[in-house]
Order: sequence, then C-alpha cells, then structure tokens
Amino acid sequence: MEPHHGDMEPHSPGPSIWPIGFAVGIACVLAGLVVSRPAVIIGAVIAVVFGALWARDAMRAGRQAEEAPAAAAPPPVATAADLDYEAETDGEVTRYPRNKFLELSTLGLGGVITAVVALPVVGFAVLPAFRDQVSFEVDLGPTDNFPEGDWIEVQYLYDPAEGDVSRRTAFVRFNGMFQELPSYTLISNRCVHLGCPVQASGPREDNQRKQIEVNDVQVTQTPILPANFSCPCHGGAYDTEGNRTAGPPVRALDRYKFDIVDGHLILVERYSVAKVEGEGARARIYSYGIQGPGEHVDGFEAWFYPIQPQDLGS
Amino acid sequence: MTVTPETRPPVPPPSRKKKRLTDKLIGLVMIPIDWIDERSAIPRGVHYFLFRKVPSDTNWFHTLGSATLTAFLVQAGTGVILAFYYRPTPDEAYDSIRYITHDVTLGWLVRGMHKWGASVFIILLFLHMARVFLFGAYKYPRELNWVIGVLLLVLGMLQGFTGYLLPWDQTAYWATVVGINLNGTGPIAGPFLAQFLRGGNEIGPNTLTIFYSMHMLLLPGAIAFLILVHLYLVVRLGVSSPPWSHEAAGEDRQEPEPRGPGLVRPRARGRFAR
Repeated sequence: MEPHHGDMEPHSPGPSIWPIGFAVGIACVLAGLVVSRPAVIIGAVIAVVFGALWARDAMRAGRQAEEAPAAAAPPPVATAADLDYEAETDGEVTRYPRNKFLELSTLGLGGVITAVVALPVVGFAVLPAFRDQVSFEVDLGPTDNFPEGDWIEVQYLYDPAEGDVSRRTAFVRFNGMFQELPSYTLISNRCVHLGCPVQASGPREDNQRKQIEVNDVQVTQTPILPANFSCPCHGGAYDTEGNRTAGPPVRALDRYKFDIVDGHLILVERYSVAKVEGEGARARIYSYGIQGPGEHVDGFEAWFYPIQPQDLGS
Repeated sequence: MTVTPETRPPVPPPSRKKKRLTDKLIGLVMIPIDWIDERSAIPRGVHYFLFRKVPSDTNWFHTLGSATLTAFLVQAGTGVILAFYYRPTPDEAYDSIRYITHDVTLGWLVRGMHKWGASVFIILLFLHMARVFLFGAYKYPRELNWVIGVLLLVLGMLQGFTGYLLPWDQTAYWATVVGINLNGTGPIAGPFLAQFLRGGNEIGPNTLTIFYSMHMLLLPGAIAFLILVHLYLVVRLGVSSPPWSHEAAGEDRQEPEPRGPGLVRPRARGRFAR
C-alpha cells in the first residue's frame, strides 16, 4: 500500500551537520555584508565547503537508494506485450507507434499554440516599460531669473501631458561666466539613497516665489539659502555641491545637463555623479551615465550594475 | 434501592408525529443535495473535507491557518466592492478614495475593513508560520506545503506593497518610490525589476495602473490558486499532531470500506455515501 503517513519512512539524506554549517556560512555572509568584508569571505568559504559536503551526502544517498531496489528486483521478464512490440519492430521497417506520434503531436501543437498566444502577451506586459522612453527637455524660464551665485528651487513638469504626477524639483545656481560661457549648477532633488525628495536646509524665501508660464506650462521658482541638502526619509545629507556628507547615500546627488536657447535655461538629461571636487564653475565633476538611487557608480560595488535599462536604447 | 430495568422510570416514547416531521424536512433538504451528489459527487467531497479525521490532541493553534484563510476571504470580498468605486488614474485616485471614505454609504466601514484587514492578514500569516515552525509541522512529508506557504507569504507581502500605492496620497507615493528603488538596488536584475514596476523611467500613470492590476487580478489569483494547493496537501497529508503528542506517528490511514463497482452505490440515495 502507498504510505500516507510517511513519518517513519527513512528519507535521504540522513541527518547531518552539513546543512547547519551551510546555514551558518550564509548567515555569516549576510552579516558580513553589513559589518565587515573579511567575514563575507570566511562565510562564503564555510557555505561552499559545507554545501559541497551536503551535496555529496545527498548524491551518495540517492545513488544507494537507486542501487538497492535494482539489486533486489528480479530480472525483467519479457511480457506478451513486449514480445508483440518486438515482433513489430523486428520487421524490415522500424515502425513508429501511432499513439506515440499522436501524443507528441498533441503536446507539440499545444505548445506552439500556447507560445503563439503567450509570448506576445508577456512581451506586452514587460516591454512597454523599456521601449520608447522619451527624455524631455524642460524650459525653466528666462536666464534673468537666475542671479549669479543665488540658489533657486525650480518646480516644473517634465511631461505636461501627464499632469501633476510628472512634477519634479531641481536646485539651480548660476555660477557666472567661465571662459566666456555661462555656467550653471542644476542638482536633482531626488536622494541617491532611495529617491526621496531632498530638502534645502536653510531659509526659503516663499514671499519672493515666482510662478511663471513657459509655453503654457507653469514653472515655480523659489529663492533658497541652503547650508546643505538633507533627506527627510533616512537622514542622508549632502553639501551644496551635492557631495554626500552623512547618512546612507552611496554617491553625490544627480545633476542635469543644461542648454540655453533664446535666453531661456533649458534642463536636459540627468546624469549621475560620484563626487565633486571644488565649487561652482571650477568644480571637477566625476560624472557617469544615469543610475538608479542606491546604485554605486564607482568602486567594485558598481560591478553589481553592469547594464542599465537605459543602456538598451529605445 | 438499586436501579434495575424494572425500577427505572419508563422512557417516554419519542413523539412519532414530531419525528416524522423532522424526517420529512431533512428529506426535503436532501433531495436537491442528493441530486447534485449523484451527478457530481461534490457534496460528498465537501463532506469528506469537513468531516475528515484529525489527531485528537489538536488545539487552538491549529486554527491559525483557517483564520488566515478567513482574513484573505475578507480582503477579497471587501476589495471587490471597493473596486466598484475606485478609479486608478493619477487625477482621480485620491478623490475616489475620499469619495469612498466620506460619501458612499458604509464606505468608511468597507475601506476600514480592507485597510486594517490587510495588517490582520499579514500578522496571521506570520502567526500561522510560527505555529508550523514551532510544532515542527514543516518536516517530512510536509516540506512542500511549507514551500508553498512561503510563496503565499511573499505574495501576501506583494499585495501589501501594491495596495499601499492605491490611495495615491503623499505617504503612498513616497513609500512606493522608496520600495521600487529598494528593488532597484538588487544586483544586475534590480534596475530592470524597478523599471518594470515603474512601467518606465519615471513613476507615472502607468505605475498606478500596473500596481492596481497586480493588486486586483494577478496576485489574488495566484494566492487563491496556491491556497487551493496548500489545502489539498493539508487534506492529503493530514494534520500534524503537536510535538508533545502521545499518538504514534506513521500509522497507516484507516481506509474506508471498499466501494462496489461504479462510482455511486445505489444505497447512496438519501444518505451521504462515505
């Protein structure tokens, strides 16, 4: 009879210390990722060694289980059906049984039909998020509104068609002319820890707020006097160039490229920054392609993020 | 005085009229049930499921699974009704939630049940898991059911994650920004997962509808399916005794008396065939 309550049945592999050691190793790796690098390596070695021993145990037990019944079972006796089948196949033409053909063709056709229906659906579910991602250029208004050396917090819609959900904020400072070209610092307000809105720590001059219409789209400009930037969510802090000074962020704040067209400041694409040396127009910016919040752009941790969705093009 | 059959006061004979009436009523109720049973065996299956044998020393901790199932059914029921009034677009979502809470009759109650019931569901999931873990009920031959339970836990947490965005207020929005970016920090696949969840480079209208669809259709469907498999395994493998049980484990199951030929015995009419 089929065993229903198999608690008394032996099951393989038998109890051993290997899985416990494996678990300790994994725990060591996880703890090490937070606490110290050497612990990661030690944990990995423990996990690999114990995992290998465990796997060897399991394989040996499985092999024994296979061998035991094979030895015990009587030698197979050809049944009448087998003989019939042999008689059929012994002929000059090797016959392919019809039921086998029908079975395979049913499975095959079913698989093809399923694939024909399912693949476009899966594609429809996944691909739109990766294709035709447009990056918008936003007109932030006349350059006259950005006096030299002053910080302005600018709120704009990156895609007016989407409405309020596309509202974003950037901190803008005109650094004056540098080698006869205007220099601006445009810092994104999205924390590079996990994307919360970074706030300017310092007075906001709300009474000098300007709401201007640029191409029928509202842009709000508020003068601010930041001593630094800080994030309300998990306490990330940055200096006025966007360098991380405290908290969990892994790099400096993202920045925007800019353009000046017909006397208007245009915000172009965003890029990631590892760190900034110096200040204002003479700052040296270690810039990288756009990365998500919490992702390293330099150091060995950057190896965790070899491909970005944006790299695939549209 | 000893009580002998002679001295015992006579038991009044049951009222024949009353008995006949209850018999008749039961017979009336059983007619449609028997009709369905003979053709589908579904009432028989329900009877088997409800009256199956469990160890005699099960206790209240064994009811946590059913409690979790009940919490899920409450979530499903209230959720379907909330969907009558909820509109998953950035411009309307928050206003429709306000409408449900303040204007729709008893809307505050149903939304409250769904909101607080979500926490109850997760808490019960963990308590049920703790019971199974501490009783050792995950051991052979029930490992597969533990694995399915873990999948159910993950799906339940995903329900919490996707449902949290739907009120579309500041808390919902920024919590989801953080949650998606948290997924984005996963090695190699993380940025792609985040991109998929956002439905693009930025959080926008697509994000809300994707989360709504997952919360409404994909995840509850998957949870319902896995719950069925989970219950099937519970019935097939039986309920485990507590660790302090004196009942011997590994006893063979008491097989019911063998059936005659055919699926339905002639005597099945008028009674549940067991």
